[in-house]
Amino acid sequence: MISVQAQPFDIAALETWLGEERSSGAVVSFVGRVRDHNDGQAVQGMCLEHYPGMTEKALAEIVAEAEVRWPLGRVAVVHRVGELPLGEAIVFVGVASAHRQAAFEACAYIMDYLKTRAPFWKKERTAEGSRWVDARESDEAAALRWS
Amino acid sequence: MLTLELRYFASVREALGLERERVELADGDWDIAALQTHLAARGGSWTETFAGRGKLLCAVDQSMARPTTALTSGMEVAFFPPVTGG
Repeated sequence: MISVQAQPFDIAALETWLGEERSSGAVVSFVGRVRDHNDGQAVQGMCLEHYPGMTEKALAEIVAEAEVRWPLGRVAVVHRVGELPLGEAIVFVGVASAHRQAAFEACAYIMDYLKTRAPFWKKERTAEGSRWVDARESDEAAALRWS
Repeated sequence: MLTLELRYFASVREALGLERERVELADGDWDIAALQTHLAARGGSWTETFAGRGKLLCAVDQSMARPTTALTSGMEVAFFPPVTGG
């Protein structure tokens, strides 16, 4: 299940859905939230822009790659766009599998590639105004560990 | 004549002051690198964006592309900075 949406998502409902298949003994999920600082500066909130169409396609490709690599049950990737206040959930990645190792690894894999290949861009609000968030080398390195 | 739909996102969109446009190019062998050179020749923020030092990514028909990706009429070409979602 892949969704790019402006409205908030229900984490409990997503986790329930992930665990509904009786063959799945493990569910691993990750939630990314808007934090109050970045690069040494206080952050008041952010706005997320995306490329409609390509974003969904890129996420579907990443999930399909994970499904080739690990035996997975249900997979959910939900990403917010638009204005997001502090503390708000930005992204949910949840993976169900028969066993925990596949679920842990596939969840990390999807998240690492989402950060480097899905066309989203964050703009932070600070006391001095808005600024585009720079891509991090460490995110590229995190994705490369799977190749 | 080669017609392309160009789209710009995030800091690239803001720098150019444009979200999308349709361009018509003379017949010939066009690829992403040639298109970038063509756009850089517009001057000002176009030169800065397409011939500057900043890292620029490109997608053709909503899949990531390279400088050598060939272009044909009707394609959607998008330019944007490195992605920062998640």
